[in-house]
Order: sequence, then structure tokens, then C-alpha cells
Amino acid sequence: MTIEQKTIAATGNGIVAEAYRQIEPDVICAYPITPQTTIVEDFAKFVAAGKVRTEFVTVESEHSSMSACIGSAAAGARTFTATSSQGLALMNEELYVASGLRLPIVMVNANRALSAPINIHGDHSDAMGARDTGWVIFFAENAQEAYDHTVIAPRIAEENLLPVMPTLDGFITTHAITRCELADDAAVKDFVGPYHPAHTLLDVDPIMVGGFANLGNTYMKIKQAQRTANDGALASIKRIADEWAGLTGRPYDHVEGYGLEDAELVIVIMGSAAGNARAVAREMRADGKKVGILKVRCYRPFPTAELASALAGAKAVAVMDRSDSFGSYAGPLALDTMTALFAHDLHPQMRRYIYGLGGADVKLDYFRKVYADLEASLSGASDPGLTYLGTD
Amino acid sequence: MATIKELTYLPERLSGGHRLCGGCGASIAVRQVLLGAGEAEVVSSVATGCLEVSSTIFPYGAWEGSVIHNAFENSAATISGVEAAFKSLKRQGKIDPERELKFAAFGGDGGTYDIGFQSLSGATERGHNFVYVCYDNGAYMNTGIQRSSATPQYAWATTSEVGSAQPGKLQRRKDLTSIMADHRIPYVAQASVGYWNDVVKKATKAFAAEGPAFLNIMAPCPRGWRSDAAQTTELARLAVDTGFWPSFEVENGEWRMTMPAKTRNGLTPVVEFLKPQGRFKHLFKPGNEALLEEIQRDVDEYYAYLQNRCA
Repeated sequence: MTIEQKTIAATGNGIVAEAYRQIEPDVICAYPITPQTTIVEDFAKFVAAGKVRTEFVTVESEHSSMSACIGSAAAGARTFTATSSQGLALMNEELYVASGLRLPIVMVNANRALSAPINIHGDHSDAMGARDTGWVIFFAENAQEAYDHTVIAPRIAEENLLPVMPTLDGFITTHAITRCELADDAAVKDFVGPYHPAHTLLDVDPIMVGGFANLGNTYMKIKQAQRTANDGALASIKRIADEWAGLTGRPYDHVEGYGLEDAELVIVIMGSAAGNARAVAREMRADGKKVGILKVRCYRPFPTAELASALAGAKAVAVMDRSDSFGSYAGPLALDTMTALFAHDLHPQMRRYIYGLGGADVKLDYFRKVYADLEASLSGASDPGLTYLGTD
Repeated sequence: MATIKELTYLPERLSGGHRLCGGCGASIAVRQVLLGAGEAEVVSSVATGCLEVSSTIFPYGAWEGSVIHNAFENSAATISGVEAAFKSLKRQGKIDPERELKFAAFGGDGGTYDIGFQSLSGATERGHNFVYVCYDNGAYMNTGIQRSSATPQYAWATTSEVGSAQPGKLQRRKDLTSIMADHRIPYVAQASVGYWNDVVKKATKAFAAEGPAFLNIMAPCPRGWRSDAAQTTELARLAVDTGFWPSFEVENGEWRMTMPAKTRNGLTPVVEFLKPQGRFKHLFKPGNEALLEEIQRDVDEYYAYLQNRCA
């Protein structure tokens, strides 16, 4: 049974703000930063117009934003925020506190480059700084996915006691107007449901949150429980996302393939550039080439088994990262992909690319070159090593 | 205000058995301040520091009310989130609309004057209904007596050492209480654990205020001050009596001196406060008389400045 939806023209930020309005969190603590800004601006309009009962706390920094979110969530309020780039980096300390205290905070991130040099455009450097923090992290290809990830986020957070970060690419997705399906307000409210935390700071029986776990192996046991929760979240995410997919008619998988039924040459990618990759793959498949793409939607926890299974038939795999992991063998997505393949005893030819940093153009020719490199790898061409695309 | 006998009937908010040192001013400050909440329930946040590490060692907790520790620099931001949640849930009827709660945030001088200053200023400007309590012992005592912007001039600290090239910390301390008063919030006060009645009276006003309140409480640290644990309250009184730490309050913009009656005939010389403390012992060596005179001059100037604002 599907729910009522209407087709609207919206920016990614606009439709994320609509999701925030529909969910109507108890508390939003937020700070403005390009290109997240219009999410909080739109929400401020909802507050001013009396469309939400949310307590809207306009803090003095992103560090205080996440700090206040932690206080709010520990007090039992469904708590949201949104950020980007330097803001996400500034609150990094607090990201670990949120996940370590197992607080189900939801925060949309508008993916953007990190300083220096300063650059306000899209890439994945900021979100990658959060990859080991214990947050669930989604990457959206477009505004619609950003909306869907945002709607399912609170249930994932509250069921697994993990903070959730749906992300969308700065400007390309946050600011471009596209066609979206907006679900009926009541349907979203029904789907998200009420929030009943087990223990809160406001309970009549006092609790202590964030005590000093310095003796014995208490700290390590708590970290192990976090590991278990993260690993276990994949199934929960899939179930909740499938439920939403059943209502909207838009399917969800942690990883989504195109042409993988017979593809020998596969590009692994996340975020908005997946569309560019798909366009090239479609064109090449029309010419009879066995190419495909694999798009990762759920980046943390990393869907290792799903990714390996989707790539089982690939002879050559290129991973395209929109951020670098300086000093390591490859970009972060490539490292995760290679780990998954190795763990499942799969050994295709591998190629590593960095593209689109700081909003640099992502040209269709880049994908054609990558597929050509993969084809050459099967004829014994040597690995040129980690390659930055479009800098020559 | 309640008499001391009446205060003994109020609930104990910080139980014995915490791991703070003997003679620590911080636990005294917490107990005196929370007496100001009367019978009301209080939810507290506490910054990383001696008070936090000594009162929340898992699986034990010394706090009788709910407490949250988040990090070092964000005690104020954290309690602002708790207070926002309370407001929202109450407004929506998700918790008992009749429920009354008070909110308090604690931090040492490092967590308040320095690293937590922005968080405090922000939460204060936003007008959350909470009492911020700084227990000021004049250094980063938890990490081992490093200088903060609250460390007195010429005090020894482990990052403002005393040697042939410098006589301890070179800079004057920051006047945080005045800065907080200039946020134009309902209530700001400075007091010392040496005068329990002054602290309790001010804490009562702070908890009764609608909106943010700030209390700066002088809380000696025997480890860091290199002083006798048995002398804590005496030193805390001398801090006030000498004018080193004047007692004053700013209530709805009205500045008021609240010094003990005995100072009416003049302040005690500041050397009486400095002398029992090992962190100032180099100042009493021959040749350093000018430094002592400078400290006295600075105390007098600051006291005159305060009297002027209170005039």
C-alpha cells in the first residue's frame, strides 16, 4: 500500500527542511554554515509561522550545536541538527560523545570541502572525518534520496541507539532544484511515530549520563557494545528503509547496482556523481560494453557483505572517491571496498581515483577514461596508482 | 534566607564518598550552591575537571539529582540543550506540564574562563533558564596546576614557572564576573566558600531568577595553592577580606557590594591571603617587595573600580 505523495520542484535543502517540518523534532539546535544554511533558514520560517512546536535553539557554534543536542537528547527529546564542512569538523569531538552516550540524534550534513585552502563547494572530505565516529552515515545521489534518508533516520537512530547522519552533496544536491516526491505530512508522522526513550535526565528517578569509565575494562566493554550496535544496525536500517520503500514505491538497498547482472568493469561511487557514472555506463552498455556501477547509499555501517556480493562477477573495479585519505593507499571508499573484496576472497583488478574535490567539475569523459583504464587492466596494463582526475 | 539549622534539613545534593581531596573547595561550593535550590529538583551538567572525575566514577555517582557530563568546554551548551528539551516536552504535554525543575551547570575556572567561555557566553545570551556555577581555584588543577586566565598574577603554576627569568604568571587575571554582568542577565554574583551564608543567599537568588544566572565562587585548592587542607575556609575568607576576591552581586543590572561587615573599617592587606600559600612563596623572598606592592596596588584598583560600579 502506498501513501499519498505530491510531486514538487525542490532543492535538496528545501526538501530536507520539509522532512524536518514533517518529523517535527522536539528540539533542533543548529548553526548556519554554507551550504547547509537554507535548511535552518527554512526551518526558522516554519518556527516563525507556528507550523512546528519544535524548540529551535540557535547556538553560537557547531561545537555548541552538537553539545546542546547531546544535552537535549539525554533529556529525552527527539533532537535534530544540520551542518557542513568546517562545522562538522569543529564538532568532531562531540560526534564521539553523541555515539558513545548512544544518543539517537539526527544530523543532515551538506557535504563540502575542508580548509585549507578554504572552498565552499561540494566534496566528501567533511563527512569522511566522521566515518569512524560511530554514526550511521548515508550518502544521497539526489534530493529524493536525501529526503528518504532523513525520514527514516529517526527510527533507525532510536531503534539502534545510534546517531544518524544523512548527507547530500553541497550545492550540486543542496541547491539544485529537481523533481521530488513529497510524502503526505500525516504519513510521515505515522511512519516516524512517537519517541519513548528508556531513561532521561528529566525522569523523576535521577540518572547519571557520561560518567568517568576509567577503571578496569568498563570503557572497552562500552566500546564493544558500540561495535555490536553498529554491526547490527545494517539489518535494522534495511528493514526500516524497506518499510518506507513499501509506502513510497522507491526501493532502497545499502548498495545499488546498475548493469551488474553481467558487468565486468564496475565503478564504485557515492553521492551525486553516481548519476554521471550511470549515464556513461548506460551509453557504453548501449554499445555492447559490459560495464556497470555500484552506488553505496549506506556508508556507515559499511555493507561489506552486500558490496562484495554485488561485485562478485566483476573482473575489474574502479573506486572513485570524492575525498582523499592522505598518506593511505587510497581514498576512504576504495579502502572500504578493497577490504570488503579481500574479506570475501574476491580479487578483481583494482584502480583508485580521486575526483571532484572542492566542487571541481565531474565530466562524463572522466568515467569513459576510468572504464578504459579498467579495460586496459584486463589486458595486463600496470596500475598507474592513485589518480586525481581532471587536474592535468 | 534560611538559618543554618534550617539548611541542615534540606536534601543533600552531593553525597559523601566522592573522590575529591580533603579541603577541596569545589565540593563545598557545589553543596552550598545547591542549598540555594531549596527543595526543588535540580538537573546539573558538569564540565570535565576535578569535580567531574571525582564525582562520577563509574559505576558510582555522588550526585543525588540527574547529572550529565559531556566534555570540557561545553557545560553551558549542554545544559542549554537539557533546558530546551524540558521546555519543548513540557509545552507539548509530553511530560507533566506541572513538573518544575531547576538547571545548573558547573565548571572550574579552566572550563569557564578559558575553553568554555564561548559556550557560556552563548548559552547566556540565548536566555536559557539556568544557573552557571564556576568554582574558581585559579588554575587547571585537574591536569596538574597549569595556569589559566583566572590564575593570579605572579602565582606559580606548572606552565608559569618561577625562575630567574620570571616570577610566576606574568599576566593579570581576567575579571569574568564583570564580563558576565555585562551580558545583562538577571543575576550575577561573586562569592567565596569561606562565607557559606553569602553563597547560599546568592545561590537562592540565582535559582529564583527567571533566565540565566552566573555565580563565580572562590574555591581554594590545597594541592594547587600549596596550602594546608585545614586552612581552606580560612583562606577563602581571606580572599574576600583582603579584597582579592570581593564579594558583590549584580541583580537586574544593579551592582551591589556584599562584603562582610568587618571590612567596613578597611581591607586586610593582601599579603595575609598570599603568605600561607606556597604558590606565592617566591614573592616573600628579599628583592620581590615590588611585586607584592604591585599586587596590593592591583587589588586596590580593582576594588575601587567595583565600588565605583556599585556606587
